[in-house]
Amino acid sequence: MPPARVALFVTCLVDLLYPEVGEASVALLRHAGADVAFPAGQTCCGQPPFNSGFVDDARRLARGTLRAFDAFDAVVAPSGSCAAMLRISYPHLFAGEPEEERARALAARTFELTEFLVDRLGLHRFEGRWEGRVTYHDACHGLRELGLRGQGRQLLSGIDGLELVEMERPDQCCGFGGTFSVRLPEVAVAMADDKAADIEGTGAVAVVAGDAGCLMHLAGRLGRGDSEVRTIHVASLLAEAAGLRAGAT
Amino acid sequence: MSAGEGRRGTFAELAHIQLEKPGLRRAIGSAMDRFVVNRANAFAGADLEAMREAGEAVRAHTVARLDTYLAQFAGAAEARGTKVFFAGDGAEAVEYVRGVVRDHGATRVAKGKSMASEEIGLNHALEADGVDVVETDLGEYIVQIAHEPPSHIIVPAIHKTRGDVADLFNEAHHTHLPPDPPELTRFARELLRDRFLAAEVGITGVNFAVADAGAFVIVTNEGNGRMCSTLPKVHVALMGMERIVPSFRELAVMLPLLTGSATGQRVTAYLNVVGGPRGADDVDGPEEVHVVILDNGRSKLLGTEYRSVLHCIRCGACQNVCPVYRQVGGHGYGAVYGGPIGAVLTPLLVGFERAGDLPMASSLCAACTDVCPVRIPLHEHLLSLRRDVARERAGAAERSAFRTRSGAWSHPWSYRLAARLGRIGQTVFARGGRIRRAPFPLSRWTSDRDLPPIASRTFRERWKRSERRPRSGSAGGA
Repeated sequence: MPPARVALFVTCLVDLLYPEVGEASVALLRHAGADVAFPAGQTCCGQPPFNSGFVDDARRLARGTLRAFDAFDAVVAPSGSCAAMLRISYPHLFAGEPEEERARALAARTFELTEFLVDRLGLHRFEGRWEGRVTYHDACHGLRELGLRGQGRQLLSGIDGLELVEMERPDQCCGFGGTFSVRLPEVAVAMADDKAADIEGTGAVAVVAGDAGCLMHLAGRLGRGDSEVRTIHVASLLAEAAGLRAGAT
Repeated sequence: MSAGEGRRGTFAELAHIQLEKPGLRRAIGSAMDRFVVNRANAFAGADLEAMREAGEAVRAHTVARLDTYLAQFAGAAEARGTKVFFAGDGAEAVEYVRGVVRDHGATRVAKGKSMASEEIGLNHALEADGVDVVETDLGEYIVQIAHEPPSHIIVPAIHKTRGDVADLFNEAHHTHLPPDPPELTRFARELLRDRFLAAEVGITGVNFAVADAGAFVIVTNEGNGRMCSTLPKVHVALMGMERIVPSFRELAVMLPLLTGSATGQRVTAYLNVVGGPRGADDVDGPEEVHVVILDNGRSKLLGTEYRSVLHCIRCGACQNVCPVYRQVGGHGYGAVYGGPIGAVLTPLLVGFERAGDLPMASSLCAACTDVCPVRIPLHEHLLSLRRDVARERAGAAERSAFRTRSGAWSHPWSYRLAARLGRIGQTVFARGGRIRRAPFPLSRWTSDRDLPPIASRTFRERWKRSERRPRSGSAGGA
């Protein structure tokens, strides 16, 4: 079977703030046999204006995404939230617009990283070594919009030395919610504190998730207290555990 | 107080007040967790998805033909001797109930749980007439003596601890009751018993009206609904106009969804079917039964993209799973209906001017949509409302901020430029790999959270660099 030609949709958060997560994603996709491309035309999926009600601004950004990924068989993002924007929200955003068909086609070709690795590339067992206890946060959009059910946990399960302990309410929102976190900072912080308490309750050294937004929010809040808990993207942990050279460089 | 007309602040302001209250988050959170477990147990072994689908189908069918079923209900109820009144708004409903109370010279009213009565501010109106109104649902009684509106659709006093309740009782009745729920309940039970016996008029809500039977149903666990609807000579029932099912067959679909979703029960302790006033051969029951059917902004949702909001059966399940509600309770919303359903329903009922901020009171985690027994796409409605609010009311600053960003970020070159400028700008603030203080608007994040700086080399810069080298040197090339 020829390698699947996959376009990485790195997402703006990972591109700008967590480039190592993008590099780990590339390494994992190649490790699983995919031929990875990075279309340079991509920027942001448009979720911040979309979730704020500014649909024209969202469409403007989304048109750029449509253009960037038109030529690829599969589009993979290290984010359940951004993947859900393309897969679930674009068809609504472009309903009745000239780009409706292209949006539907892109939606059908878009995947979240762990979902793509396990369900599409058949990476059922992932080997590596990573010492320590971790807990897994189910990011909302991956869980409820894409219906991700345990692909990330499945990949972690093959790693020697890694102990996965479930927190209370692993599926409860961390309070990020994109622009929500700055519109209602007090409420968002209270939600993060709930989550932090649940994480601390497991005795884990790190909380793992598939979305940089949640991790940024949790790291930002944990960093203000005296918590020793690390935040780590599932892609980074997997690449690190397998000794895949962290980086496209 | 109406559905939200009398809001005393924005969500942000009201949430701040609630967040400052010690113990509130713990009280609400632990109650929510119990309800989530109870709900799971109630539906264990059942095909919940099939039940939800059936429930949604019943509600969609009924609401699409609401005029027909309401007319059928009114005809059948009147044939049984029930008086039916259609109230266009809250004021009409209040006037009608005041008239009934006045006509009977009543001074004492025993009231069962009714969110519709909260919506129209009925208690205040009756009290202004000198009528003594007592709430007989224990939770409602607690918030009544606390002079607060209910904080939850099903559990009005969800935000109160047992200690809070004991303090309230002791203050109101000059007692020394311990913070012990059975003891507090026994005290309230004895107190309320006399009020049931003395009341000339009983007022209740309606869970479902059955169109072809002309009867309506009240679901309770304390039996107070039955006392209110049978002991006083006059029974007045208030219902939102959407709370109707075609026949008992559809009622059988809806009831387990309601009780399982609301309290995690397969069946509640009491299920009252009210068929009208006492007949000539009946030994008891009220002499008069009135049903007030309340529109109050509902009918304008018919046929719109928001029509499924009228499918709601007021179970409170969306509140029980909402992480935002968990922090601030119902009072954070400043409206009769709090939580996800309230954030959707309130702006639709009272308008964007008064409640246009409520659709933003959500992280769009979609837990509400996942749990709704009649599959109302609550988070999608929140999104649609944000769109409508942005069109009607967005401020110039916000509008231009989004326009500028989407303009700049819609081209890769200007996006890259923005990243470079940001990297230069942040040097003043970034320390040790994190930003702890930043100017507005980023200060809204950094006041309580660290922010990561823009990377010294973005992913795309790293990728471009790697492309210039042979593939063998790149990541995981094996």
